[in-house]
Amino acid sequence: MAKAYTPIEKTDVGKKASGPVAWMDDRLGLAASNKLMPLRKVFPEHWSFMLGEIALWSFVVLLLSGTFLTFWFQPTMGDVVYNGSYQPLRGLEMSQAYESTLRISFDIRGGLLMRQIHHWAAMLFVAAIVVHLLRIFFTGAYRKPREVNWLIGLGLFQFALIEGFAGYSLPDDLLSGTGLRFVDGLVRSIPIVGSYLEFFVFGGEFPGDVIIPRLYIAHVFLIPGLLLGLIAGHMVLLVYQKHTQWPGPGRTNDNVVGYPLLPQYAAKAGGFFLVVFGFTAMMGAIFQINPIWLYGPYNPSEVTAGSQPDWYMGFVEGAVRIMPNWEFTFLGLTWSLNVFIPAVLLLTSLFLMLGAWPFIENWLTGDKREHHLLQRPRDVPTRTAIGVAGVVMYAVFWIAGGNDIVATKFHLSLNAITWFSRIAWIVLPLIAFFVTRRICIGLQRADVERVLHGYETGIIERSPAGGYSERHAPLAAGAQFSLTSRDHRPAIEAPYQHDAYGVRDKHFRMSKLRFKLAKFYFYGSVDKPTAHDVEHAAEHFAEHDGHPVPLGEDFQGVSETGIPKAH
Amino acid sequence: MSQIDKIENKTVADPGLPAHQYRPTDVDPKLDRRAERQIAGMFLLAALLAVAFCVAYVTIDKDQTFLRFSAQNFALGVTLGGSLMLIGSGIIRWAKQLMGDHEIAELRHPSASSDDDRTQALADLNAGLEESGVARRPLIRNSLIGAVGALGLPAVIMLRDLGPLPYGHKNTVWRKGMRVVNDVSGTPIKPSDLEVGQLVNAEPEALFEVDEKGERVLAGTAALQAKSKAAVIVVRMRPEAIHAARGRENWGIDGILCYSKICTHVGCPISLWEQQTHHLLCPCHQSTFDLANNGKVVFGPAHRPLPQLPLGVDADGYLIALSDFQEIIAPSYPELARDQKKLDKRNG
Repeated sequence: MAKAYTPIEKTDVGKKASGPVAWMDDRLGLAASNKLMPLRKVFPEHWSFMLGEIALWSFVVLLLSGTFLTFWFQPTMGDVVYNGSYQPLRGLEMSQAYESTLRISFDIRGGLLMRQIHHWAAMLFVAAIVVHLLRIFFTGAYRKPREVNWLIGLGLFQFALIEGFAGYSLPDDLLSGTGLRFVDGLVRSIPIVGSYLEFFVFGGEFPGDVIIPRLYIAHVFLIPGLLLGLIAGHMVLLVYQKHTQWPGPGRTNDNVVGYPLLPQYAAKAGGFFLVVFGFTAMMGAIFQINPIWLYGPYNPSEVTAGSQPDWYMGFVEGAVRIMPNWEFTFLGLTWSLNVFIPAVLLLTSLFLMLGAWPFIENWLTGDKREHHLLQRPRDVPTRTAIGVAGVVMYAVFWIAGGNDIVATKFHLSLNAITWFSRIAWIVLPLIAFFVTRRICIGLQRADVERVLHGYETGIIERSPAGGYSERHAPLAAGAQFSLTSRDHRPAIEAPYQHDAYGVRDKHFRMSKLRFKLAKFYFYGSVDKPTAHDVEHAAEHFAEHDGHPVPLGEDFQGVSETGIPKAH
Repeated sequence: MSQIDKIENKTVADPGLPAHQYRPTDVDPKLDRRAERQIAGMFLLAALLAVAFCVAYVTIDKDQTFLRFSAQNFALGVTLGGSLMLIGSGIIRWAKQLMGDHEIAELRHPSASSDDDRTQALADLNAGLEESGVARRPLIRNSLIGAVGALGLPAVIMLRDLGPLPYGHKNTVWRKGMRVVNDVSGTPIKPSDLEVGQLVNAEPEALFEVDEKGERVLAGTAALQAKSKAAVIVVRMRPEAIHAARGRENWGIDGILCYSKICTHVGCPISLWEQQTHHLLCPCHQSTFDLANNGKVVFGPAHRPLPQLPLGVDADGYLIALSDFQEIIAPSYPELARDQKKLDKRNG
């Protein structure tokens, strides 16, 4: 049956652009793609949803500024004598990589700006990824059906670190060469195959003459290609699964409420790209970063005190610094655990643990449902506590990565800081775990209290007996709903070794482990009030008529300043 | 679940989306027009800044400074950044203050495909596999897997020439009788040049050697590689402070000792010298070596002591090496223990 359809010329857009629109659609069938990716697709709003966007836009800034730099950068380690416009380095032997970086910085107009934009954007890129990852973790946004996107995100994080490090190494200045020297030591420490890997990576003995061209092609082609592919996958899944949202009145697990892509979301996101670009340009204009001309060309017999990697490698650096000097001979081979554990194993285990987490949580909660509503960190106390413990551990490593700076700035003993960190990386996360969990449980209880007994109005009443008390008023229905739209705390049942017929459960040990972990996971978590509890509490409110003055129907509370509060 | 449980577990009812709240610009045409003017003003200013960028590009000399930093960089960055930020925030303001702000609710659908789609896809997959006979013909299947797997070998072996095979420990450029020279000027060092407590960064003379055309014998990568193993520091202490190990009693000249500059941890050059304690601290990871006690590790992640170079004096009174290092330089590697044994045997 022929369907009635409106000719393009009769639509509003068509009147003006019927020619091009029809031409395109006749060939590409673009209108049908509106079903896959509707122009009016809804995106929910929250400030924390912007973090991933910062990462995306700083990646675009990196592509643009990086392309500019490739027009002049010479990725070779060939020897030249510097004859350029920066006086202090004239007559010095250096690699072409370093010389061309000096040229970009001093002789190409806008070159220094682009270099600084590129470096600041790289710092921002990794920072935004890390904060975005923490947001996803603490709000449970990785839960079914988004586990795959969590893994893609981890891939992005990992490649971003490698990409950043490769870029840091390219200018072949003293600092980047020192970084490569560290990588050389790291590669050599890998048991059994270390020497082979070192010779294959550096094309022979360190430093060799191939590492910079090799890192260059990885930095401008291989890894950006992988990043682009993963970002595409990340976005496609985001569109397909739709964004998560915070629970609230009218916002449930079955819908998504927000503004359509065209025009509001597109305008805000597009505008935000320009803001991120502008921000990095401002940073590049005002704050100097990586002044390679001050470090000088790489020389394996020189180093500056206070050598630091870029911030995102600081935690690895710290772990390397506080590691005890374990090295031994076994099977005739040397095992340099003093380098291998903190440099190689730490990074690997970080990514393995992050990758496994959604599956571990899913296994011990046995939850098979789809989740589109975000969780407030307090509502999952143990997970939040684990996350905070992880952040604290990262922070200890990170600070230890600047132990020399801390020592000189605060006039402390370097050895004391190192010893403190050796103990603190275990003890402080443990303390953080228990403190965080307790705070979360306290906040959960306070929420239950607010749902059942209302909020504090700020009105102090005096009873006939002379006692003072603060009057409470019931929460608005919307607030009550928001606070109770999380999941019930599940009932965890202990497994039986034998069933009713005395048959032994083959998986008993596994079930017992799971039971124990689940008990640990839900420890102290307060269940949310049900509708029944709330009604019961409301009756209680109504019965309370000992108040001298009734609150009006439209009463919204009084704040400390006497201005009514909206609830 | 019993009926009572169901009632008792009922969650609080959803009151639905709250009523739409109008923005000031929705209800007051004056504010609406003002916002419109301001946003257009931001775009106009952005255009002016873009022009200012071009003016700065052609007028500001690259040597001009502003607050000690490049004036050109500052002007270009501020105009570009300002222009971008003004356009960006103007668009965001437009979206927030003037574009319609009615929220839309869209229903979610399960991520899984519908049962029909799933059945159809699985049936197609099944039919395809069935027709291919991949299950019925294990001979073909397994030989194909084997053949494709074997293709991995060329892919791996092609990488073989990424670098030479590791040759383990090789001697540094130090030889018996080679002068110890200043690392910048290349001038040889006399014991009298050093005062007690002083540290000098030094290198083997070979790095400054020139051929008949006046060109360096060791240049470029070869020089860097040689340097990364042969760089040394020469320190002078009071002779009575030194506890030389057996066999090392004659490795110094009047309290002057020579050590490798390359940290045994990950190879950073070390030169932070604490005169009073005779400790040498690596600036990278703070491994600390006691130079009065044979380069022993006293703190930090390094495991092996700092290798010492036996020093002597030649006929002209300059410091020379008595031999190459007798320990392995630079970061540890798997074959280190074996190479050290060989080295020990050679040195007796």
